[in-house]
Amino acid sequence: MSAVYSAMPLWVVLSSLVAAVLILIVGEPYGRTRAAINVVAAVVKLLLVTVMLWGVGQGHDFQFSATLAPGIDFHLHADALTMLLSVLSAILWLVTTIYAIGYLKDSHDRARFFGFFSLCVTATMGVAAAGNLFTFFIFYELLSLSTWPLVVHDGTPKAMRAGAAYLAFTLVGGALLLVGIVVVQLLAGGTGFTPGGFMAATGASKTLLVCVFLLLFAGTAVKAALVPLHVWLPRAMVAPAPVSALLHAVAVVKAGAFGIVRLVYDVFGLELTALLGMNHVVAAAAAVTILYGSMQALKQTDLKAVLAYSTVSQVSYIALGVGIGSPLASIGGLAHLVHQGLMKITLFFCAGNLVHTHGVTKITEMDGAGRRMPWTMSAFTIAALGMIGVPPVAGFLSKWYLGLGGLQHGQSWIVPLLVISTILNAAYFLPLIRRAWFAPVPGNQRDAGVREAPASLLWPTLVAAALALGSGFLGGMPYSPLEWARFIVERVYG
Amino acid sequence: MTEAIDGLTAGSLTALILGPLILALVAVALPRRRLIDSAVMLLALLLLALLLPLSRAVLTHGPLVMDLGGHDAPIAIPLYVDSLALGMLWLLTLLALAIHPYASAWLQRSDHPHADDYPALWLVLWTGLNSLVLSGDLFNLYVMLEVTTLGAVSLVMLGQSAGAVSAAARYLFFALVGSVLFLLGTALVYADIGLLYMPMIAVHADASPAIVVALLAITAGVAMKAALFPLHAWLPIAHASAPTPASAVLSAAVATAGVYLLLRLWLGPFAGTWTITTAQGIGVIGAAGILYGSAQALRQQRIKVIVAYSTVAQLGYLLLLVPLAQSPLAWQGAVYHAVTHGLAKAGIFLAAGNLILAIGNDRLENLSGADQFAAKNLLVIGIAGAAVAGLPPTGGFIAKWWLLSAALGQGQWWWVAVIAVGSLLAAAYVFRILQYAMRQPENRAEIDPRVRDQSLPYALLWPPALLAALALGLGFSGELLAPFLQVTDLSPALGGTGR
Amino acid sequence: MTPIVFPVTAALLFAIGLYGVLTRARLIQRLLAVNLMASAIFLFLIVTSTGGPHGPDPVPQAMVLTGIVVALSTMAYALVLIRHLRVLTRAETLESIVDD
Repeated sequence: MSAVYSAMPLWVVLSSLVAAVLILIVGEPYGRTRAAINVVAAVVKLLLVTVMLWGVGQGHDFQFSATLAPGIDFHLHADALTMLLSVLSAILWLVTTIYAIGYLKDSHDRARFFGFFSLCVTATMGVAAAGNLFTFFIFYELLSLSTWPLVVHDGTPKAMRAGAAYLAFTLVGGALLLVGIVVVQLLAGGTGFTPGGFMAATGASKTLLVCVFLLLFAGTAVKAALVPLHVWLPRAMVAPAPVSALLHAVAVVKAGAFGIVRLVYDVFGLELTALLGMNHVVAAAAAVTILYGSMQALKQTDLKAVLAYSTVSQVSYIALGVGIGSPLASIGGLAHLVHQGLMKITLFFCAGNLVHTHGVTKITEMDGAGRRMPWTMSAFTIAALGMIGVPPVAGFLSKWYLGLGGLQHGQSWIVPLLVISTILNAAYFLPLIRRAWFAPVPGNQRDAGVREAPASLLWPTLVAAALALGSGFLGGMPYSPLEWARFIVERVYG
Repeated sequence: MTEAIDGLTAGSLTALILGPLILALVAVALPRRRLIDSAVMLLALLLLALLLPLSRAVLTHGPLVMDLGGHDAPIAIPLYVDSLALGMLWLLTLLALAIHPYASAWLQRSDHPHADDYPALWLVLWTGLNSLVLSGDLFNLYVMLEVTTLGAVSLVMLGQSAGAVSAAARYLFFALVGSVLFLLGTALVYADIGLLYMPMIAVHADASPAIVVALLAITAGVAMKAALFPLHAWLPIAHASAPTPASAVLSAAVATAGVYLLLRLWLGPFAGTWTITTAQGIGVIGAAGILYGSAQALRQQRIKVIVAYSTVAQLGYLLLLVPLAQSPLAWQGAVYHAVTHGLAKAGIFLAAGNLILAIGNDRLENLSGADQFAAKNLLVIGIAGAAVAGLPPTGGFIAKWWLLSAALGQGQWWWVAVIAVGSLLAAAYVFRILQYAMRQPENRAEIDPRVRDQSLPYALLWPPALLAALALGLGFSGELLAPFLQVTDLSPALGGTGR
Repeated sequence: MTPIVFPVTAALLFAIGLYGVLTRARLIQRLLAVNLMASAIFLFLIVTSTGGPHGPDPVPQAMVLTGIVVALSTMAYALVLIRHLRVLTRAETLESIVDD
């Protein structure tokens, strides 16, 4: 029993893998069976993750290890950081699955879609639970591959080009990462994540260490969409709304950001990173991305494109927190990993509801949307205010801790950065809110009245919005994202 | 060495060569298709069963040498088994198991007039390939190269069309010149050293000009047969016209066996002749092949030609073993790559063959909407393609990991760039195929509802799936198989390399 | 008649054969050229077998005998293939014929 319990990370990963295989085998015509498998697997995963969360909170050591080849282990574990990403993805998988079943009711190739969707979640769980760089890489690449069929789902030439760009960026990033990992393996004899890092003990030269760090950083920065490696992300918007939600909130960009966190905390360690001067590189890349993403978001006319550039900008808060390196900033960055996920998935669900119910894709078409879809637009407003950083929505806490952390470490440039970013966030989100609630409904649609999204789309949206609001309100409760981030950081700083 | 050979081992080695040969004769004398088909399957299963104790014997005793016919070295013809040979034998036997039933069903489905002749041809080819892998006698290798050639060319000719016969003729002439060059090399070696018995030949760096010419002639000769860059011209043409099962055999088995033979000769009898420059030079040829083949594959419009150029590219990885030969990891990586690539490549061809049966040809632009009616075959192409591109968690990834480790471990970082770029290009041409298949057809009704995976006989569906599953499974069996891949004694391969 | 005559003849024959393979387009001529190369090697092998301290060396002679059988079979095979190609395409050379 104890061995089975300790191998919990494996079961968590397998629960969605089994679902993926079953869905692909069952095939297209059996929609009800497929939905049942999917929802059951998502619920099972959520239960397993909850058990694991409780176990980690109690200090239980979850491990699973199998040797794939001499010297290279497939190693899954669950530490506090793992739980941050796995809880987020387990919750959002369930929510998104229900949303996607409703959203794609009349779509083609649903077996393929849901099969790879589950595979994608498997890969995210694997990234979260990976106990060494080797395992991390396996799931990181699996994530690239399993997301591709989702991005090109529509089969249009535009989708194909977006898919090609996505693969080109992520696979090149993967190749850099792989070379870096092989060097780490050769230098250190293993790649197991160790709190405080293990590269300092290798005694390698500073130049070599900088090269390795840059290789690994470049590999992870592609998925984290740091400028100038972000190009694939706005193009991938062509995918159906649930996919965009998944890519931006949980899976791909989070895997990249999570990789950066692991790289700094558990491979190089904060001290070595600072010694090599690499913390400034991370922080600078993040700062540039934050500003660039927001500026681009201002220029967009397409709702999903605004959200995409907003992601580019917001995900970099995580890297920023890591780059600043002070405990409070780290708390802010890590908490933002969850906060941004909850808020962004809400926004994408809302965008999906708008296009699914009223065919709205452009910002200009959002006039009066609040009166036609009050629930959806309420959720949208909550999440958008959170993104701007209005208390008490979750985003405020992230920014607050990042700012405090910057001051604490004597890096006061962080405060103007946050202020500018907040102003820019407001500049592209507030007009949307204003249009939705205060602009008149266009004349030709005035008589349409209230027409909300169907329940299977609306409920997931509301749940996600409630979670975003709740994690801000209840930031002081145990097991809230913020408290959990504090828990992680206390362990990192010993 | 000979005393390590027990009865079972001797029987296994004999069966690997005589089994297919005898069955080939039976097939000619008794052309009863169903009977012969079952016999081939039984033989493949039997040989697989025999490979298990043989592998264990190699693991415990190291490389085995069996002198044939009651003669002693160096007059006898030796059969030689080491980890490299074992890898090839496993590959060939698994391919036989998967490709033969597919080919039989494929020919039957296309109402091929010579379908009954196919088993004998394949069995002759199989005999030749097994002998090539096992034989340790230079002249015997020449004979087996010819046997292999005749079998392989005949398979291409099964394509029947003018294009196929023309491609077969081109292949035959490449192969004939290759054999003559190989024979020249053999004659020169014998004239200079007086030996054909490979385990005893050890040419040193101060070799006479005759040996240098011999090495060049043998290298060119085998390279022509194996379609190694830049002597690969016949391969894409043959693949464009050959029947699908023949393409699978050519790419996965014949070409791989050719490179295997070169490595065996280069790093065995001729190991002493390498200098840093020549070893790096072979690596450069391999790298050029990788880049050229991949670039060509990206430009083609026909699936089979894409896959053919992919073979040209992937064989280049095996040549990287020469500059990296001092690292045991490089040997492991090369064997693993050869086996994974062989299985995956055959899987891709067989799945592509099913697509061709469904849409009538293999042009990329006709693939639109193939994911509707051939989803499982596309999944096979995707998984096997990931193995070819070295993406995790497939066997190709383990191979690339070892090759990368070997290159970085020896500080030869330039090969790292080649391996990485080659993998990316491979991913690009594999996904290019899938991309065409995922495009939505402009008119959904265009898809003929009769062509569906389900309408193909079972015998056409499981072989590619099995091959892809094996290529995937190898990604999880590195630990299990690594002991068999360990080259315990690198000295014969490295004597006097001067590095 | 010195022993050097035979190796030189063999080398010349091989060179002529190689030249023929590289320059002739007609398949029959190419096939003859390949055969010439093979014969040159057989001649060379026979030369090496003579004049050992214990009399003629039987190994090269066995090789040549086997080689002749192999060469004969491949020659016959190639002739059939060339004829078949001519029946199908009326071509005696290897033009690029690619099916659709």
